[in-house]
Amino acid sequence: MSGSGKEALTLPQPAQMRTAAPDAGFGRRLRLSVAAGGRHLEPWLLPLLLLVLWQAGASLGWISSRVLPAPRDIGASFVELVKSGQLLKNLQISCGRAFSGFFIGAVIGLVLGFWTGTSRRMERLLDTSVQMVRNIPHLALTPLVILWFGIGEDSKVFLIALGVMFPIYLNTFHGIRSVDRQLIEMGRVYGLSGWGLFRDVILPGTLPSILVGIRFSLGVMWLTLIVAETIAASSGLGYMAMNAREFFQTDIVVIAILLYALLGKLADMAARGLERRWLKWHPEFAKTGA
Amino acid sequence: MNRNSALERPLPDTAGENGRGVGVSVQALSRSFGALQVLRRLDLTIEAGQFVCIVGRSGCGKSTLLRHLAGLETPDAGLALVNGEERNRVHGNTRVMFQEARLLPWKTVLGNVGVGLKGDWRARALAALSQVGLADRAGDWPFTLSGGQRQRVALARALVHSPRLLLFDEPLGALDALTRIEMQELIERLWLEQGFTALLVTHDVAEAVALADRVILIENGAVALDLPITLPRPRERGVADFARMEGLVLKRVLTHHDGNRQ
Repeated sequence: MSGSGKEALTLPQPAQMRTAAPDAGFGRRLRLSVAAGGRHLEPWLLPLLLLVLWQAGASLGWISSRVLPAPRDIGASFVELVKSGQLLKNLQISCGRAFSGFFIGAVIGLVLGFWTGTSRRMERLLDTSVQMVRNIPHLALTPLVILWFGIGEDSKVFLIALGVMFPIYLNTFHGIRSVDRQLIEMGRVYGLSGWGLFRDVILPGTLPSILVGIRFSLGVMWLTLIVAETIAASSGLGYMAMNAREFFQTDIVVIAILLYALLGKLADMAARGLERRWLKWHPEFAKTGA
Repeated sequence: MNRNSALERPLPDTAGENGRGVGVSVQALSRSFGALQVLRRLDLTIEAGQFVCIVGRSGCGKSTLLRHLAGLETPDAGLALVNGEERNRVHGNTRVMFQEARLLPWKTVLGNVGVGLKGDWRARALAALSQVGLADRAGDWPFTLSGGQRQRVALARALVHSPRLLLFDEPLGALDALTRIEMQELIERLWLEQGFTALLVTHDVAEAVALADRVILIENGAVALDLPITLPRPRERGVADFARMEGLVLKRVLTHHDGNRQ
């Protein structure tokens, strides 16, 4: 309101809105589509608006293509990358690293978590050590890991597994410890022990906590992948981005970033899907699942 | 209809020895938690098939006694015998209904009734659910049930094992007055049908008088009153005899407490 430049920018908007208002057909279509698409579309309105503003900004010359290329140009390079097969190859490599690291780290975290959670002895033996290692940011180990494994696949998988392991370990351990004692006692009175007690009472009671750990560690997984691929790699999405940077191909850099965002979102959606499937007995998830 | 047909006939394996109650004998049972002595050389004998209600103020040791008979506690001294055997661990002939329903939230109603059952358990679990009138809720999640329904599921879960001793740790305490009376009638009916020995801990003297063959008052970790209730069943709450019995127990509970204070 105070700066004249700002006013110049905001002025056209009310005018556009006014011209849009009399268009009753557009309004009805919008209402219809909102009603039909339901609540699933609403979360995408804001990103869509940003995209429109971005394209407008680039077309009007407010944003230099060196800073941020127009969405349309990015789309064109995206198509080119897909056609050349370069994108798919790098995507495959990145996802392969991410998921093999995640799998190894998750299995180790789960096994250790169940072990220390169900046995006081194992807790005494292991928990302190795990907690000490946990306090080292795993990315700080990157130089050491490169010295050990070089810049090949092993170093990335190792770093991801290391980062993923701790959230899953912690959540499994605390999940087991917070299983309702009364339910365990009930299980014993009703003839459950050993594996039966674990299968029917302890494991399902720990599951909500484990799923929190999985969602958290998926975030860690992508973060580690990006860092590892950006610092030292000869393939993968991060390598593609760093390579493009050297040739000032901002569009490709942006594509890599957007793909990371999309992959992160997809992984989170998969984790939510697991929650709805495995926790359908839970009042909270039963409501959202319905 | 389903419910009636299930009621006429006992559960498949109640026909054998499992269906009948067992005798209970508690001899000089003592138990302390830290400096607090909860049970002091408590003696109690219960005949097979009897319905005994234990009343007493909070912290008098009545729940601890029950937990010993369930095999969930180890006595410091003395003996807890069930069917002539020392009870030092959980046993298949004894089941407990807790104050809370303690249903597993991740199992359906039917799955909860089937906890700990082996082999082809579904038919048996469904039969037990019919006995408590909840067969139509078999596939639902526990969180969709009311408090009274949850306790009925817990009762079915106990009955499906055809216990010879059924321990009730104040299971109706959290229910509203009407649901509570319904549950009392249900418990009494199933006890009459199946003949297990029943031991019910309660704060509610009226509940004790309505259900029990004997009302036991526990004070300071020992039996202070052992009163046979000879009213004919089914018992009507309004009648003078019922009120007189209730008044008798209530008076005894309160008098002693005041005497202690002075």
